[in-house]
Amino acid sequence: MTRLQRLAADDAFSPSRRSFLIAMVGGAALFGFPRTANPAIDPATPTGAPPLQVNPLFEPTIWFSIDSDGFVTVNIIRAEMGQHVGTALARILADELEADWDKVRIVHVDSDPKWGLMVTGGSWSVSQTWPVFTRAGAAGRMALIDEGARLLGVSPTVCTARTGAVVAGEKKISYGEIVSRGRLDRRYTPAELAELPIKPASERRLIGRAAAALDIPMKTNGDARYGIDAKTPNMVYARPKIPPTRNGSKVNSIDDSAAREVKGYLQSLVLEDPSDTVPGWVMVIAENYPAAIRAADLVKVDWTPGPTANVSEKDIQDRAAQLIARPDAGAILSDTGDYDTAAAFRAAKSTLEQTYTTATVLHFQLEPVNALAFEKDGVFEVHAGNQWQTLILPTLAKALDRPETSIVIRSYMLGGGFGRRLNGDYMVPAALAAKALGRPVKMVLTRADDARFDSVRSPSVQTLRMAFGDESRVTAMEHHAAAGWPTQVVAPSFMIKGVGGAPVDPFSSSGADHWYDVGPHRVRVISNDLANATFRPGWLRSVGVGWINWALESFMDEAAHHAQSDPVAFRLRLLTGAGHNAGSAPKAVGGALRQAEVVRRAAGRANWGEALPPDTGLGLATSFGQERDMPTWVACVARVRVDRSTGLVAVEKLTMVIDAGTVVEPDSARAQAEGGALWGLSMALYEGAEFVQGQVKDTNLDTYSPLRIGDAPEIDISFVDSVEAPVGLGEPPTTVVAPAIANAIFAAVGARLRHIPIRPADVLQVLTPQNQAH
Amino acid sequence: MTTFRINGRAVAVDVEEDTPLLWVIRDVIGLTGTKFGCGIGMCGACTVHVGGRPTRSCITPVGSVADAEITTIEGLDPAGQHPLQRAWIDLQVPQCGYCQSGQIMQAASLLKDFPTPSDQDIDAVMAGNLCRCMTYVRIRAAIKRASAELRKAATND
Repeated sequence: MTRLQRLAADDAFSPSRRSFLIAMVGGAALFGFPRTANPAIDPATPTGAPPLQVNPLFEPTIWFSIDSDGFVTVNIIRAEMGQHVGTALARILADELEADWDKVRIVHVDSDPKWGLMVTGGSWSVSQTWPVFTRAGAAGRMALIDEGARLLGVSPTVCTARTGAVVAGEKKISYGEIVSRGRLDRRYTPAELAELPIKPASERRLIGRAAAALDIPMKTNGDARYGIDAKTPNMVYARPKIPPTRNGSKVNSIDDSAAREVKGYLQSLVLEDPSDTVPGWVMVIAENYPAAIRAADLVKVDWTPGPTANVSEKDIQDRAAQLIARPDAGAILSDTGDYDTAAAFRAAKSTLEQTYTTATVLHFQLEPVNALAFEKDGVFEVHAGNQWQTLILPTLAKALDRPETSIVIRSYMLGGGFGRRLNGDYMVPAALAAKALGRPVKMVLTRADDARFDSVRSPSVQTLRMAFGDESRVTAMEHHAAAGWPTQVVAPSFMIKGVGGAPVDPFSSSGADHWYDVGPHRVRVISNDLANATFRPGWLRSVGVGWINWALESFMDEAAHHAQSDPVAFRLRLLTGAGHNAGSAPKAVGGALRQAEVVRRAAGRANWGEALPPDTGLGLATSFGQERDMPTWVACVARVRVDRSTGLVAVEKLTMVIDAGTVVEPDSARAQAEGGALWGLSMALYEGAEFVQGQVKDTNLDTYSPLRIGDAPEIDISFVDSVEAPVGLGEPPTTVVAPAIANAIFAAVGARLRHIPIRPADVLQVLTPQNQAH
Repeated sequence: MTTFRINGRAVAVDVEEDTPLLWVIRDVIGLTGTKFGCGIGMCGACTVHVGGRPTRSCITPVGSVADAEITTIEGLDPAGQHPLQRAWIDLQVPQCGYCQSGQIMQAASLLKDFPTPSDQDIDAVMAGNLCRCMTYVRIRAAIKRASAELRKAATND
């Protein structure tokens, strides 16, 4: 939401947070200059080790440097977890810099206060980095042109920069030569930087063009290094004993007599955790990991569990429903325009009310969480893949009782993020154990440990209401949503305020503040205290809107049918782009009209309205992504066939149209959309966990069943050509799929499903006898 | 002491015979391209070849591979240029990449058994390899591309 965007923007240019001065000093002064960053991974080199740079360096900002051989090294603070983010971000910078792409390298840097907010999530990476990297590249280009012109003995006005060289007619000098021979001494204030003009879209040479992602070759030959591959001499391995409740468990006693028979077993360690991140944890330490796995199975721990030891999924959902029924519970969103709906509902000719639910979902990122921790030269190092370094550093400092400045998180590839590694709680036990033992500890969770320790996506309950006037015109709408709130529990400083200052988790509410013109629009979001107590709620692809958009877009379909209207025509009538929904610069130009356009295009590409075989139907859903001031416009049509005898739903095709503004890296964007769409399908039909006695019931692939290759349907994804500001892509394509499928099931067989995952038994139950008789 | 060959090299490891092969490959021999995902043989991230057959190393005791020939992702092609690896790069298959060693090893044996696989063949043989990033569409396409390349190479021979 707005505040988050502002945070990011402030962060980008604020001199107090980041030294963004273009400080160009003479070559001699650069001799022996410390490296740009403390680099961890360079995916472009076979070993992952960053190449040596040839001095002197030109280091105009903290974001990149050019060495005397002309190699450009771009510093990436975002985690690489499959989105090829470094490649996309480096191409933004390299394009403005007019660099030779073959001489551009990326480095995934370690945590350092100088980077400011270090987070990878929310589909923010490209959108937030764009203003910073375009200006950094432009500043570098202008400085190189000026100095290149001087060295060539010509006026800068006759020079152009292209492919890593400054050119003036027949004369030409490479960036490497300028850096090695030149005197680069220009300075820009942050204000000047922010004002730097960037190239018009027509002059772009890298942005929007296909590129081979720099991290891909190493992911085909075993070279890529993930957190689980980190090692250091003299380390021991640890596997935790996960306590019976996420919060409040206490260790009474440990019996490791059986574990002592395991060769390589060393000891069991009760963690003392001043940060209360891992209460009741016992670390089973061994010389090797298989011994740690085996010993942990044999170690018996007697715990006094926390108060949620008997909580079930139904308890959590009942609590949500109870809270929704209490009118004073929760907070009203302030950004929906007029939120007083009472009069409109009183005057309504008809009303519609429905309730939608979603089950708990596991991240099940394929690399279980892990961390290697040790102290070296007075610095505590944590080696791990992570999505939000600045969030966990203060917690690590509290846990270890040492200043943040003496802790560093070293970056590795992530074997899947999906929001799990935004919550860096898994670093804490490794660090505590390393401190207690005084030697390096590498902790790896088994799959079942990982599932039980997951920051799951909370189950949710949502009730939506709509008021209709004459001719079924929509006159008001309400959306009441209750779920566990990740931001409240894990990152309270990112909470925002609703009406009257009531606290709101933006990532459990955004999406409900939609772009449809519905008259007065009331969104009430409620934190489910029982969910928050039972587990640490997590952000999961795609944060809040995952459940919000499921309810919203299922309800819009039901509303269309209530109004005896075609679901596409109904939506288009409400996406007028008027008033509150007109959209605004920089990222929401066009507003609801752009959403209407993707709806129209998706319907067209999917042949909306054509005759279909029996029991086959099309369903549409749309989304603006997450934040109103960073909308990614998406529409999806699902084509499904329902087997009336078994209730099985076969998704035959997904048609998706996306307007993400300027697309920096088209193939990576498409890949994100493909994966996001299939995640949406997986959560709609195949996933869904359940709390039983305070723990998730399904902890491995024997019972938890994400989508497999044979279930992947034909996917048709297209992007709207656009030169508008780039927004985000990792997440928006996910949330449209489940409602599109449910709406298609209704179109196919007249059965309305209001809970995900949709199981065959659920479909059979909703099929009416009349329907079944077909 | 268990002896076997891995990627053409003879090794002898001094570990308990029931130690899963996965951890021997990763932590004793030091080849970390083979990954740990589920530990119960159901995600395929740990897939290696034992005697040329795809094998889930996380549930294979090292004692059972005594004297066997093992190939990991690092040994599939000395230069990382197996037709599947080239296709994986050409079609930009990997996202996070964590499962892809296992996917490629599984696909390599698929192409031996079904040189011209249909979608159904691919879906059946690759069903045991989970990709959490859901790169399935590209995995299918890349297997077909590699198959075509292998056929072309065979014709030219």
